[in-house]
Order: sequence, then C-alpha cells, then structure tokens
Amino acid sequence: MVGRKSKPARHLIERGAIRRFAEAIGDSNPLWVDEEYARKTRHGGIVAPPTFPFTLPAGSNVREGLPIDLKKILHGEIEFEYRRPLRAGEVITCSAEIVDFYLKEGKSGVMSFLVTETRGVDERGEWVYKFRSTTVIRP
Amino acid sequence: MMFYEDVKAGDLIPGLVKGPVERIQLVKYAGASGDFNPIHVDEVYAQAAGMKSVFAHGMLSMAFLGQMLSDWLGLGGDLLRFQARFAAIVWPGDVITSTGKIVRCWEEDGEGRVEVEVESRSQEGTVTVKGKAVVRLPRRSA
Repeated sequence: MVGRKSKPARHLIERGAIRRFAEAIGDSNPLWVDEEYARKTRHGGIVAPPTFPFTLPAGSNVREGLPIDLKKILHGEIEFEYRRPLRAGEVITCSAEIVDFYLKEGKSGVMSFLVTETRGVDERGEWVYKFRSTTVIRP
Repeated sequence: MMFYEDVKAGDLIPGLVKGPVERIQLVKYAGASGDFNPIHVDEVYAQAAGMKSVFAHGMLSMAFLGQMLSDWLGLGGDLLRFQARFAAIVWPGDVITSTGKIVRCWEEDGEGRVEVEVESRSQEGTVTVKGKAVVRLPRRSA
C-alpha cells in the first residue's frame, strides 16, 4: 500500500471555485475575490487561500479499494509547504501518493494512521504546493 | 506593509474569532471543498457513526487559522509552511478563537523568516487545533 501513486489530474484554478471556498470559510479578504484589487498587488490577480489546495483532487483516489469505513475516519494532521500562492486562471497538475501507514494503541483500541503526500505542479513543471496529510482510522 | 524588522520572537499576532459554526456552513464547506463525507452534513449518518451530531471538517478549522495568518501578513509576506494537528472536534454552535505567537525569527537568502505557533480553542477553552507556520517577510532595508 505504501508507495501507491494516484494518476495525475489537471485542474484549471477557477475564480468561482476560489470565491465559493472563501465564502464557505467566511473569509472576506479581497485577494481571494476582488480582481481589480488583487491586480494592483504584487500577486497580479486573484490568489487562493492557503488551505484551498486541499480541495483539488488527484486523478485517482489512492485509498480506493482499501477497507476504510468513512464512519471511522478523522483528519489527524496536515502540513503544507508552499513555493508561492495558487493563482486564479492557472493550470495545476495534482498527484498523490501513500507515503506511510502505521498503527498505534489508543484508549479505545488500535488506531490506524494513513499518510498521503499530494503535490501540485504548474505548467512550467515546478511544484507550487505540497501537503502531507494524516488520516486516522478509529477502531 | 509589515516588514521583518517590525516583528520579534514573543510577539502575539492579531487573533481571530469565528463562529458560532453553523450547520449550513458545514454544507457550504462540503460543497466548496468537494469533501462530501456525510458525517459532516447528515445528522442521521453522524449519529449512526457514534457522534453526537455532525461536526466540522478539520480543514474548515484550519482555514480559520489560515485566515488569521493571511490577515496578519497582508500584502507583504508569504506562507512557506503551515501545519495543523486536529486535537478536538469542532461542533455546530462552537465559537472558535484563534491565536498565534512568534517563536523564532531568522534571515535566509536575504529575506526574513518567522515561525509562528498557532492554536484554536472553543468557547470552553478546549484546544481544537494546534499548529505552526513559517512565513517569509520582506526586509525594510532590501
């Protein structure tokens, strides 16, 4: 299971998707929504909030086929690395890989931890963000 | 605009209060994020899973911390690293207060780097998210 890789998926970073995300989290920063404002900043246009990259799916689900009950999973931890903010209108290729799996004895039994690493690469072939995310599977 | 020279270890960054978290916000977040795990939006399903009700996506709680950091950075700085550990569940009705404290400042490649410890707490004082961030700040002299 560790080492299993997703297919890549190309995503156009849509202004509307960024706006809906900003509205959902209740963040009214004009950098996420106001093109005229954002154009005058050093970003040169609308950029995405820092946790937005988590919403971009890879081309296939690396957890597909694993015996994981949706009722039992919790998000444990995540760490993002950024080279720069994600810009509206750019195309990002997103892929994921399972990088670790381990068990830990908890209060209510054995908990499983599944760690995936996802990265987004721009059209020049440079990574823009990476994140390492740990899903906890309750007993 | 904020510069590296304007901050030092020990400083608190401006906090942020969000909420009360409403069920409709969980629905909006599910739609905006594409995370449709019914445990966050379907009360019957959530209770069948042994939870007292639906609860917030961890990433919604992290987004509150993200908002605090980007509000603080304004137009001058960039996030380079942002880590969060989800320590307790955020329930509908919770009011979430996020805070951050600068723990380290150093220079790298002619720019400023600042590490911030961040956390969120519910109205009862329970720590819901604990994390840290590394940001890049421009230097005034540069």
